[in-house]
Amino acid sequence: MTWDLVANVAIAGVLTGLVYGLMALGLSVIFGVVRVVNFAHGEMMTIAMYATVALFAAWRIDPFLAVVPVAAAFFVFGYLLQARLINPFVTRPEHSQFILLLAVAIIITNALMVSFGPDARNVQVDYQLESYAIGPILFDKARLYAAGMALAASAALFAFFRFSLTGKAIRACADNYLGAKVVGLDVKRYYALTFGLGAACVAVAGCMMILLVDVTPILGPAYTLLAFVIVIVGGLGSMGGALLGGVLIGLSEALAGLFIQPSAKSMISFGLLILVLLFRPQGLLGKKA
Amino acid sequence: MRRATAGLALLAALLAVLPAFARGYALSVATLILYFAYTGQAWNVMMGFAGQLSLGHSLYVGVGAYAAGALFFHYGIGPWAGLWVAILLCVALGLLVGFLAFRFGISGVYFALLTIAFAEFTRIGFDHLDWIGGPAGMFLRVAQRDTWDLANFRGPPVMYYYAMLFLTAGAFALCSFLLKSKAGYYWLAIRENEEAAQALGINTFAWKMLAVAVSSAMTAVAGVFFAFYYNNLFPEQIFHISRSIEIILGPIIGGIGTLFGPILGAAVLTLLSDGITELLGALGWELPGIKQVFYGIVLLIVIVFLPHGIWPGLARKLRLDR
Repeated sequence: MTWDLVANVAIAGVLTGLVYGLMALGLSVIFGVVRVVNFAHGEMMTIAMYATVALFAAWRIDPFLAVVPVAAAFFVFGYLLQARLINPFVTRPEHSQFILLLAVAIIITNALMVSFGPDARNVQVDYQLESYAIGPILFDKARLYAAGMALAASAALFAFFRFSLTGKAIRACADNYLGAKVVGLDVKRYYALTFGLGAACVAVAGCMMILLVDVTPILGPAYTLLAFVIVIVGGLGSMGGALLGGVLIGLSEALAGLFIQPSAKSMISFGLLILVLLFRPQGLLGKKA
Repeated sequence: MRRATAGLALLAALLAVLPAFARGYALSVATLILYFAYTGQAWNVMMGFAGQLSLGHSLYVGVGAYAAGALFFHYGIGPWAGLWVAILLCVALGLLVGFLAFRFGISGVYFALLTIAFAEFTRIGFDHLDWIGGPAGMFLRVAQRDTWDLANFRGPPVMYYYAMLFLTAGAFALCSFLLKSKAGYYWLAIRENEEAAQALGINTFAWKMLAVAVSSAMTAVAGVFFAFYYNNLFPEQIFHISRSIEIILGPIIGGIGTLFGPILGAAVLTLLSDGITELLGALGWELPGIKQVFYGIVLLIVIVFLPHGIWPGLARKLRLDR
């Protein structure tokens, strides 16, 4: 095994990890504000992947252009989901929320199964086969662009929460529910906005992910679990933590696939999750509760 | 309470004579309902009584099944000896998970994710364990199917039905005893407000550990049953998170923390799933996945409109709660 190979695999892992990170960022933002764990997160991402496949098949729309309509549609979908369905559940016990989102996940997975069938789908664009070479190190074009898009989307979300008035209001709702209500914020509406933003993150991640892997309807639960692992490792509710967790998991998956066996890669992720939960339950970048 | 006792006796009598009327497919559905009623009851001890949300109970089903199955497969050791090994292993595992979680103060969503992580970790581990067949599975020898061979737990379907009925009745009796015991009251106190319970001098760590031990031991028995009923074990199936979800749906839909909830929920969900299959078959809608879409929609409606499950409201209607 040469160093080139290890370096190439590690770079691919980090780049994929950034896309994972964006997906997990959606989960983290939703949990950080609404305090509901979105158990249908991976399933939502498979919808985005299928939407990109459908747009590409129908009008040859490049996944990087498809990001705009898919993310917009997901924002509306997430907003309505929170406003109509999840808001009444915010004060209910966790197992109730779990069953609610599980039901949503089951409906999504199987509606995709009914609409698209069980076969794997993907998109094929020219730049998927091309790469930039720096000496012996290769950067897949598709992976590099996808990671760049993930970083850009994350930065945009970060700026929104840091600088915009709406973003600040959402953070206020997350910090102090009662206080936010007292100063006259419509907390339920901000919850819906947050869920919409989280859904938009997943949408962008899904558009990018379809460049890297094929999609099948039953992929959802695995991505939901992956998103959990990432946000717990990084710190639930921490935005930087989600990206860091994504990169760590992407890297560990890639290296485990190289050094051990591809089928054992998620064992490393779950092992990492157990260790983090035990020794740093707030996550690597999380604040102590 | 009198009405409830009478109702319970009636139900038990009906279930005891059921095999006289139900055969073949109907009997297998009844066995499956009892299986979910039993595992749901076991999960309910941890979540419904002590308030610890486990989403990884497939871990105990799988380890229990594989322990007894592997002993039988490799050494010809029968299920009655294997049962104790399975229980011991699962209790040890449960206590390990519980110890790590409760020592480090992990609860709620984090505890749930920890249990998922352990189950998934074990699933992938078993996939790479050649001794038990890995992903290709482990197949137990299927012997005579028409005579009752209790020593090796081999026999006709009706034997498995009665075994499951016996287990479900036993679990019901155990849980109703536990609820009325000191442990039950301590668990409820912990579930409602752990800090207050601690302030009253309850050793919450020890009592939560007891709940995990009881729950994992009960679930291990279900695993042994699973191994000898289905005779084939695959890590991908038995440890999968959807198996854990199947276990917990019954008690939540039926009524969490109640004694009848797991039984009612198991019956409702299994019959619902079968009913949807029948209905769609009759309508000629045979697309893969469409059944689960309807199942998901019903689940959604139930959880939105009956947040405490079906049983509490039903019990009040039937005046069984007093």
